[in-house]
Amino acid sequence: MSLTLNHYLLVSGLLFALGFAGVIFRRNLIIIFMCLEMMLAAASLSLVAFARFGVGEGVPDYNAQVLVFFIITVAAAEVAVGLAIIVALFRAKQTVHVEDISKMQF
Amino acid sequence: MISDILFWLFSALMLGFGVAVVCLRNPVSSALSLVMSFISLAGLFFLLNAYFIGVIQILVYAGAVMVLFLFIIMLLDLREESLRKINAAPLVGGAVVLAVFSGCIIGVIGRFEQGNHPFPEIMAPEEDVVGFGLRLFESYNLPLQVIGTLLLVATIGVIVLSKRELR
Repeated sequence: MSLTLNHYLLVSGLLFALGFAGVIFRRNLIIIFMCLEMMLAAASLSLVAFARFGVGEGVPDYNAQVLVFFIITVAAAEVAVGLAIIVALFRAKQTVHVEDISKMQF
Repeated sequence: MISDILFWLFSALMLGFGVAVVCLRNPVSSALSLVMSFISLAGLFFLLNAYFIGVIQILVYAGAVMVLFLFIIMLLDLREESLRKINAAPLVGGAVVLAVFSGCIIGVIGRFEQGNHPFPEIMAPEEDVVGFGLRLFESYNLPLQVIGTLLLVATIGVIVLSKRELR
């Protein structure tokens, strides 16, 4: 049995579910953020798999790969800003545990 | 087939280290597991003939982004977080979400007949970067510049956020 598109979609779906479960299960803001990154990476995997599957005239569908490139760039910017916000929050509250951060005001 | 073995190996590594990210209690262990998970994901990209995206995945995600995570974890000194006890409600919630979501995905993929064929052949796999670069700079030139501006805005935003006193 050779590899098909469904194998890759299944693996990417499982990775997404794992990240989703981590976001709900973990109480540490930084680890929640890492699980969000895992969900983004899972979406990238399914896009690349569709790009490889949608071969036209012998080349992969590069539109999807360009989209993955943009996703990676936006994720890098998102991580920089998000971690800066977490550091500012830590300075104000001395914690990154979500149960200790229940007020919107400083 | 060697690619089949590599697919199962990289998938198992990626999902195994993904479980480690969610389950390990030390944030540094989680971050290093996520690095291994992303490197395995880059291996899957290589198997899909997306060489440029795989290299970018290793350089940007496993390299830059995860080093930033590790840097922040060590800056905040989060060791005492590992002493907290586990609450039952989030654990059950996470398990239910994992089970339901996996069930939905398996159900959808089981009915997706078009995806059951093997991958079509591609002509010149070594010209991946050429095709990708041409598509990026010809068809997506404006989005590329918007993304560049976004990175600049993010850099300035981080500097503003990192100042000592927020006003």
